[in-house]
Amino acid sequence: MKQSPKSKTKFKLDKGLLVRIHDLMVKTRMLEERLVRMYKLNDGYFWIGGPGEEAFNIPLGLQIKKGEGKDYDYLHLKYRSSGVLLTMGADPMDTIRQMKNTATDPYSCGRSFVNHQSIRSWNVIPITSPIGVEFATSIGTGLSQRRHGGEGITIVVGGDAGTAEGEFASTLIWAARPGFELPMLIIVTNNNWGISTTAASQHGEKWISDRGKAFGMRTLTINGNDVEESYFAIKESMEYVRTERKPVLLEALVSRLYGHSSASGANFISDEEDPLVTFETNLERAGVLGREEMNAIREKYFAEMLELSKKVREEPMPDPSAIYDYTYFGQKGRYW
Amino acid sequence: MANMAQAIRMALHYGETNLGVTDVFGEDVGPPLGGVFTVTQGLKTAWNSPLDERGIIGAAIGLALAGDRCVAEIQFCDYIFNTIDLLKLAGLQCWISNGQWNVPMTVMTPVGSGIRGSIYHSHSFDATMTHIPGWKIVMPSTPIDAYGLMISCLKDPNPTMFLKPKALLRVRGKEQIPGEPPLTPEGEKMLKEMIDAPLGDRSKWQPRWPEELSDFTVKIGSARLACEGKDITVVSYGRTLPLCEQAAYKLHDEEGLSIEVLDLRSLWPYDWEMISESIRKTRRVLFVNEDTEVTNFGEHLLRRVVEDEELFYCLEARPRLLAGAFVPGIGLADPIEMASVPQLTSILKTIREVLADKA
Repeated sequence: MKQSPKSKTKFKLDKGLLVRIHDLMVKTRMLEERLVRMYKLNDGYFWIGGPGEEAFNIPLGLQIKKGEGKDYDYLHLKYRSSGVLLTMGADPMDTIRQMKNTATDPYSCGRSFVNHQSIRSWNVIPITSPIGVEFATSIGTGLSQRRHGGEGITIVVGGDAGTAEGEFASTLIWAARPGFELPMLIIVTNNNWGISTTAASQHGEKWISDRGKAFGMRTLTINGNDVEESYFAIKESMEYVRTERKPVLLEALVSRLYGHSSASGANFISDEEDPLVTFETNLERAGVLGREEMNAIREKYFAEMLELSKKVREEPMPDPSAIYDYTYFGQKGRYW
Repeated sequence: MANMAQAIRMALHYGETNLGVTDVFGEDVGPPLGGVFTVTQGLKTAWNSPLDERGIIGAAIGLALAGDRCVAEIQFCDYIFNTIDLLKLAGLQCWISNGQWNVPMTVMTPVGSGIRGSIYHSHSFDATMTHIPGWKIVMPSTPIDAYGLMISCLKDPNPTMFLKPKALLRVRGKEQIPGEPPLTPEGEKMLKEMIDAPLGDRSKWQPRWPEELSDFTVKIGSARLACEGKDITVVSYGRTLPLCEQAAYKLHDEEGLSIEVLDLRSLWPYDWEMISESIRKTRRVLFVNEDTEVTNFGEHLLRRVVEDEELFYCLEARPRLLAGAFVPGIGLADPIEMASVPQLTSILKTIREVLADKA
């Protein structure tokens, strides 16, 4: 179902924004590729991430209403969402810390896999490994924001394979209860894979977004490897959800450039479209950025991430005595 | 003379009026039914959800993460098993985020046998639930404890599980809940007229809540000395607790035995101090509950007893557990149900066995 790379010589977005998006895409890619290298250098037990989703994730991150509480967007993300968080201003060092499971990992203090971020001050709900559960919890923040009003919305992101889980159906049902519709942007990034299983072998529906039509909700399927298509689809969808307080189901077709995770080797997949290559080709054609400039950006972030990955080796590992901490709110030390 | 269903209902009303409860929801929880056991009748924040247990628990987690205070009901605990990973998720949010997030939600669900509910309306959940860290778990056996424990749950910043022993939901209390009408037949009738929805058309019905309901709490983690004695300690909770009390009275009256009965009422955390002090006094102990006997919560308590050097060496008899048979479910026929979970006769028999045991 994937679409061919779009060749462009003109953009609708202004140059400054295009340059910024490119910068963030490269930064995200360099971070993810550093994480892969860290795994291969035994500087982390496991890698999972989102290289291949940058053309969608950066436009998403740019348009999030960031903050804590109901007036801001609640984010139920997944482990391929690093581009969203870097765009929002997350420090790449913190993700590297989580990769290395150090005590300085601000997201989980060495307890969780990399790209399982948690940032309460930005409404980023702890990212989980089991797929689909983010759909279930998103119902609750959606309910809360429906009652609260304002412009804050709930954004939930899952993958195509995860839509086979019951929670996806739950979200569609709960978000579309007559008279109680929820202000939710329900996103499915469709990379066509569930670990090693193709979507085509498991999904009879033409588009996953079609499932939303049965609930009367606005739906769309877009080329998530196209920066501008992603940007404007997210913009339009967010405006609708923010003002109408009703759900949208947005399916974005994206790539998965390093396979599922380190469990499947974490090697570059050359027959997938690389959205960064596509974007850079078009930026060059449109005269927005030159090849040398883009190479320099890549080299800058490559060096930066390399430096961070060296620096993290000096940081402390968690203290074994802390294993019980925060089993309960505010509690430290063994609690029984 | 509120029954347990009324007591919980009054606590929830107090919660939505004074403690910031925003949502009481689940299948058939809102009007017109107000819960299959009438626990949520008349509550202004009660509403009906889709028939979707995973959606209910997921919604509760999300509401709590957004800072709202909700009470979610799973209609029978027999239907909560497909939410186990979400219960686990609720219990780990604080830990996995290194203390950033907390999940102030309460889940309540009827548990246990006693209404001839067959395989899917009789299961227990205490053994499974006590395997999930990060939760506080309570299970009252009296209306006043149900009220006080619910108030405590509604104030707690952590996920709390309120297990309702369904066989006791209609049993009336002997202690007055602060604010309820007097414990007289007239008071009982008055309360019923005030807060029980009428049969038939309820569309115009509004409850009249007792005005003096209070912040009465039972601290989570505190057991109750249900019956003082010196010959043996019997630790129980939920449906089997009144049976243990009956056994204690019967053995006292007929055989002159002195049985100490502790109502655990809070399974996690639990009142180890009261349990251990009682065992040091009586030197014999029996744990009683109706969940299935293999990897039963009572086995954990037994382990604590035998691993505690002082307690173990003070015992004058083997510590015992009386629990439900390890079968897939409670069968419907009366003899099957009676044989599947502890009854007065089996409790009496086991107490006598422990008392007869020579260390």
